[in-house]
Amino acid sequence: MSTDTGQYLITRDNNIYEVVIGLEVHAQVLSNSKLFSSSATKFGAEANTQVSLVDAAFPGMLPVINKYCIKQAVKTGIGLKAKINKRSIFDRKNYFYADLPQGYQISQYKHPIIGEGKVVLDMPYGQREIGIERLHLEQDAGKSIHDIDPENTLVDLNRSGVALMEIVSKPDLRSLDEVNAYIKKLRSIMRYLDTCDGNMQEGSLRADVNVSVKKKDSKNLGTRCEIKNVNSIKFMQLAISYEANRQVDLIEQGKKIDQETRLFDTKKNETRSMRSKEDAHDYRYFPDPDLLPLELKDDFIEKIKSEIPELPDEKKKRFIDKFNLSPYEANILVSDKETSEYFEKVVKNSDVKLATNWITGELFALLNEKDLGITQSPINAENLSKLINLIKNGTISGKIAKTVFELMAAGDKDPKKIVEEKNLKQQSDPKELEKIILEIISKNQDKVDQYKLGKEKLFGFFVGQVMKISGGKANPKLVNDILKEKLKK
Amino acid sequence: MSNITSQNLTELIKNIKNKKISSEEATKSFIERAEKSRALNCYITENFESAIKKAKEFDNKPNFNRKLPGIPIAVKDLFCTNGVRTTAGSKILNNFVPTYESTVTQNIWNEGGILLGKLNCDEFAMGSSNETSFFGNVQSPIDVNLVPGGSSGGSASAVASNLTPITIGTDTGGSIRQPASFTGTVGLKPTYGSCSRYGIVAFASSLDQAGPMGKNVKDCALLQEIISSYDSKDSTSINFKRNNYSELLTNNIKGKKIGIPKEYRVENMPKEIEDLWIKGIDFVKECGAKIIDISLPHTNYALPTYYIVAPAEASSNLARYDGVKYGFRSKGINLIDMYEKTRSEGFGNEVKRRIMIGTYVLSSGYYDAYYLKAQKVRKLIKNDFDEAYKKVDAILTPSTPSSAFKIGEKTSDPVSMYLNDIFTVPANLAGLPGISIPAGLDKKGYPLGLQIISKAFDEQNLLNIAYAMEEKINFKNTIKEWWFN
Repeated sequence: MSTDTGQYLITRDNNIYEVVIGLEVHAQVLSNSKLFSSSATKFGAEANTQVSLVDAAFPGMLPVINKYCIKQAVKTGIGLKAKINKRSIFDRKNYFYADLPQGYQISQYKHPIIGEGKVVLDMPYGQREIGIERLHLEQDAGKSIHDIDPENTLVDLNRSGVALMEIVSKPDLRSLDEVNAYIKKLRSIMRYLDTCDGNMQEGSLRADVNVSVKKKDSKNLGTRCEIKNVNSIKFMQLAISYEANRQVDLIEQGKKIDQETRLFDTKKNETRSMRSKEDAHDYRYFPDPDLLPLELKDDFIEKIKSEIPELPDEKKKRFIDKFNLSPYEANILVSDKETSEYFEKVVKNSDVKLATNWITGELFALLNEKDLGITQSPINAENLSKLINLIKNGTISGKIAKTVFELMAAGDKDPKKIVEEKNLKQQSDPKELEKIILEIISKNQDKVDQYKLGKEKLFGFFVGQVMKISGGKANPKLVNDILKEKLKK
Repeated sequence: MSNITSQNLTELIKNIKNKKISSEEATKSFIERAEKSRALNCYITENFESAIKKAKEFDNKPNFNRKLPGIPIAVKDLFCTNGVRTTAGSKILNNFVPTYESTVTQNIWNEGGILLGKLNCDEFAMGSSNETSFFGNVQSPIDVNLVPGGSSGGSASAVASNLTPITIGTDTGGSIRQPASFTGTVGLKPTYGSCSRYGIVAFASSLDQAGPMGKNVKDCALLQEIISSYDSKDSTSINFKRNNYSELLTNNIKGKKIGIPKEYRVENMPKEIEDLWIKGIDFVKECGAKIIDISLPHTNYALPTYYIVAPAEASSNLARYDGVKYGFRSKGINLIDMYEKTRSEGFGNEVKRRIMIGTYVLSSGYYDAYYLKAQKVRKLIKNDFDEAYKKVDAILTPSTPSSAFKIGEKTSDPVSMYLNDIFTVPANLAGLPGISIPAGLDKKGYPLGLQIISKAFDEQNLLNIAYAMEEKINFKNTIKEWWFN
């Protein structure tokens, strides 16, 4: 149940519980090479073809930091309005697993590269500020494949050593909608910055979800459980729902919640215990002696700052101020960087209001239907603005424009040509229209009488007749004006 | 001309350059001697055929501009060598053949050196007697059943017994200097960051350093200038001005100030060591240097600190030997079982002991009390040296608290084994260069070494002092070739 203040509340008898959520998002750094080696990071490559001696942890191999990944992390930190730590330390997180070749993951523990920041969410009930605890850099592990060979587990090390940013939120999220908005906002910021492609299907964005429940109005947070490695917003929401209700049930039964790590079973839509706090790994973190502490110079940070593009929040503000858009419209247009760029191209040469409506209406519907991103749109910004201008200057009606739009989408790109070739120009000659209208009036004298007696609904009938005869090309405004005039007499 | 194998590196280079000896002749001489000296167990892997081939190639197309023209050299089996098995003295790497070359060895081949083979060492360089090697202990040429020291025991024995004109070892807590001291040879541990660690099987990353081991200071100076290079593949490699140490070598150390740290007068130090130290002080004075008494107050804590830091790093560095990717693998019923069997069977006792110590000191609940505290003490030890170097140019100490001991004498008592490193570990903890030079014999006729420690990056000064002292000491190793039947 969601309230108008956005809280996710669960009610049992007389008790109302509030759900508290924090996310640890693992975002793959957009970079051609890995965090500590020069191997490629391309998704979907043949198994074990993007593995260097460093990634496979051969004897005597040493990590060398990829400066570009550092830059990407700092960029992201700036996008999260966060503190950039000029000194950070890479630690080793020690554990054994077949897809972890070094026997440790190089991560940042006590001294992350990025400190506290925030992400602002636009919710229907107003803005919500979600605190960022930290962002740190770490290596991804390889992949264990259990379902190819009946007896053996196979290991693909292509992902081993790929740079990840772990972005840890404060326990500030209060509903499934906020989780959705938060992930989308993070994704949007990183895509604006080109620091993560945010592709959840390919695993470039995954999250561990921390869930706890507390009695509403209680100040103390409940015991939390961590749900590991959830890779879609839908699964996050399902996992949180299940987990929150499970915890409430336990409390209602008078039982204690164990702090534990849980797994989300996507087939059964439930979480189950993976390990308790007691048998949690002792990772034996310690500073990696192969790497010196990472010291960032001021001019390095300043240079990155100077390269930061306009981010969604700022762009939204500008769109509202400059184009007079509603916050809702602006939000839709800026949430995706490419969409905002498309919009700006369209409005460069055409009407803002029409552009907004056509992009968020027809164009989005078309892209949705064809499952395309805006960069793959069959109608480019230039042609859409041409179409809008044809509407604006009265060459075609909005209705005809939809037909033209469909033809454009089907492959005839230039709307002007379509209008000419298909003879779709709007009939805007008042004399011609008057002729048609007088003919209709004379043919339907009974309806004219009824109209004059007060059955004003019939006005639509006359408009329809004009459109029918004109093949839909009659200028609707002129038709209205002339009809009103003629029917008065 | 003297026997080829008994020539030092400088002589051998001169004779090859003067075409008095061909590379092939030299290489074959060392091989022949090695074949007669297998009782010493210096080699883990012989590369003789390939070495002769390379020597012939050199002779056909000699390039005498290189610093090691066609010189055959055997190296410690901790350096990864492309196409030549590299074991680190461990069963777990028994069958491991790298496809890459360590930077240090590459630097040697770039100057014309030829790989003779891979020398025995303590398993993963963990040991002070070369008794922990999976490939058996190394015998010292000094006397039958004597340890050569460790972990670079194969390297020390090979140089002392003329199986190689020079060699390289690695030194994490004394693994170059202590065996050099035990075998009457010279061993240099450079400043941390001087020689790249790329391609060296890691023991303790913040302490490991490769360095030369040779028959005299000049040979070591030459090899040091060859192996030391800035390497972007090692993030801890330091970009500083490196000298042509051998060219700039001088015995003029007049006015240099040499510190004598009172804390190195340890309890129960044999009188022979005490006497040797006094003798060393006299030599330094004779060279025109000044002796200054100094204090390194945290010296007592160096050994315990070392035996926390080194195993901690080792426990993590050795996690990669899990049977999954390369090396020895034992069959298991599942992943965990495979890990346990592989590592139980693949590692020897000393390595397991250190992995356990290291795992323990990093464990939650113990980290602060051990690892963190050790790091703090390490800083204090470094500060001690920084303070001392405000007053002196270098520090003179004995290399070891005793001469070489018998094989098996300390294997059941790890702590007494660890005590061997007492004078050498401080330089590793502080990242400073140290050298051991032979300075005398004890009453059994076993060599004893003196150690000089200098400021970081000050290898030239360190080598100069060693060079001047070497001349005064005029040490002669007495090796009776007991292992020849």
